[in-house]
Amino acid sequence: MNRIDKLFKEKKTNILSVYFTAGYPNLDSTTVIIKALENAGADMIEIGMPFSDPMADGPVIQHSNEQALKNGMSLKLLFSQLSGIRKEVKIPLLLMGYLNPVIQFGIANFCAECSSVGIDGVILPDLPPQNFVEEYFSIFDKYDLYNILLISPQSSAERIYTIDKISRGFIYMVSSSSVTGTKNDFSEEQVAYFKRVQNMNLDNPCLIGFGISNRETYNKAGKYARGAIIGSAFVKSLGKDDKVIENIGRFIRNIKS
Amino acid sequence: MKYDVDERGYYGEFGGAYIPEMMYPNVKQLEDNYLKILTDQKFIDEFNSLLKNYVGRPSPLYFASRLSLFYKTKILLKREDLNHTGAHKINNTVGQILIAKRLGKSRIIAETGAGQHGVATATVCALMGMKCVVYMGQTDIERQSPNVLRMKMLGAEVIPVISGNKTLKDATNEAIRDWISNPADTHYIIGSVVGPHPYPDLVARLQSVISEEMLYQVKEVSDKINPDYIVACVGGGSNAIGSFYHYLNNEQVKLIAVEAAGKGTESGETAATLVKGRPGVIHGSMTMLMQTEDGQIIEPYSISAGLDYPGIGPIHSYLHKIKRVIFDNVTDDEALEAALRLTRLEGIVPALESAHALAWLGKHKFNNDDVVVVTISGRGDKDMDTYIKYMESPPNPLKGAKWTTHM
Repeated sequence: MNRIDKLFKEKKTNILSVYFTAGYPNLDSTTVIIKALENAGADMIEIGMPFSDPMADGPVIQHSNEQALKNGMSLKLLFSQLSGIRKEVKIPLLLMGYLNPVIQFGIANFCAECSSVGIDGVILPDLPPQNFVEEYFSIFDKYDLYNILLISPQSSAERIYTIDKISRGFIYMVSSSSVTGTKNDFSEEQVAYFKRVQNMNLDNPCLIGFGISNRETYNKAGKYARGAIIGSAFVKSLGKDDKVIENIGRFIRNIKS
Repeated sequence: MKYDVDERGYYGEFGGAYIPEMMYPNVKQLEDNYLKILTDQKFIDEFNSLLKNYVGRPSPLYFASRLSLFYKTKILLKREDLNHTGAHKINNTVGQILIAKRLGKSRIIAETGAGQHGVATATVCALMGMKCVVYMGQTDIERQSPNVLRMKMLGAEVIPVISGNKTLKDATNEAIRDWISNPADTHYIIGSVVGPHPYPDLVARLQSVISEEMLYQVKEVSDKINPDYIVACVGGGSNAIGSFYHYLNNEQVKLIAVEAAGKGTESGETAATLVKGRPGVIHGSMTMLMQTEDGQIIEPYSISAGLDYPGIGPIHSYLHKIKRVIFDNVTDDEALEAALRLTRLEGIVPALESAHALAWLGKHKFNNDDVVVVTISGRGDKDMDTYIKYMESPPNPLKGAKWTTHM
């Protein structure tokens, strides 16, 4: 069973997924951060594959992408860093990033590498659902790799049902019309959108992402979805100092307690 | 037409709409409506009236006799430089602002490199009373201050982009981020035949007026019905596709697109996408793209800010692949020399972009009776700083032409 399905089967509420950018703040931070996040109580981790032109991301994740590339991160290196990670880490691991580096790596090659290091799902916001179904689904399926799709407040009901039908694992519910990392609280309009989706009885569970920055928004998201995804706020907290593990512990405790 | 975009938004393997879900409703709305609007008689009348009375179309097709003597062939210049705001860019912005109005939008965003598209967008926003926000890389703002001031005078807000290399590519990223954040009231006027479907097709259709006019102009100013060659510069490729559009199915007309080689295609400082690129995704489109082995996008270089783009419109990638259009490239130096040559022989100062098309004339052997159309996509006012510097020690642009002084 895919670890994502297992997680949603075992844990019914307040699932916490955390995003960070591979290679940031340091080139060899990747596995240190993954282990620290699992130990601190994260339920799932989205490992960012840095890209030169992250068009759906705000300043914090843009900066981490830029720095990670300067540090020398690449997909090839990331897979080699992740080899052996499954000896220690049990929670679901996803790769998140933009389509072009994955295409250049080769889709089949990419899926095979994901499978061999133990990646459970992939989030590629600029891969349209239709292209995924027509061109990539069979190769993802061969490796039991889930492609997580996004919905946004502008998505029509019809569109959301279409996306639900081709989704596996969960649906990434973008909380607002924005790039990553901009808001601090939810508006009435956003809550109305959460409720609208909640009442649609989708086959897949939803996690709310974009703009989840603290305990309040995390808890609120938990009321309308199975949990939340934190990205920019976490990346920002990583800072520059060498107490990464302690900082991560504190950050997760602040969110979850 | 067999070069049309297919129903999925592709030209062969190129094109598509590789966009995040947050952009989907806006792009879908545009896709569902653009052909209906473009073929609506009221739109056609309003667009044509503005092109005629506001932009100043048709732009002349001018027989350049002294330049023709120099190159020993018949050269006709398509004078897009004479349009209002000084370039072909206004053809697209006039059309798109009329579309934005029909889609019920009240706020316009745009990206700009050299500032020509930004000025053309700010201009039509002033004309229509729409709010206008232009994203421009900090580096370009510093290089192109007259255009920044022009946009501000026209009432646009110019937002400096400090991400990445702070140039056109980054300004485009930032405009896309704005659109994601303001989906309801905003229309994004992309400046070239790039971006997700339907933009490449939309912009190509709006720019196709360039070749539509040539269809009757060529026979008026030459003894042929069709030109033998049409030559245009290509960055994203909007003036090139506009110049080729109505001749794509006429296989007897040779179509030449000239990329910016910068300091040479092997120098590491180039914008010759079709020489150095391979298929990839940029700004929502699958197209030829300059990128590293790992798929990170490479910052291009050209002396001309308008050709300084790491991708190219997907229709050009396709026309290149099927060999309907011949793609070549010229260097900074070749373009500068060609600009000075046109200035001295015809009294026309071209934009640096257009100078690339002119420079190609020196790289090809023509017959005496060939009719060669060259699109002068814009005027050189914005490039005076570069030209002034070049004039400090110019080569002789008329070398080998003893007749020039007494002509």
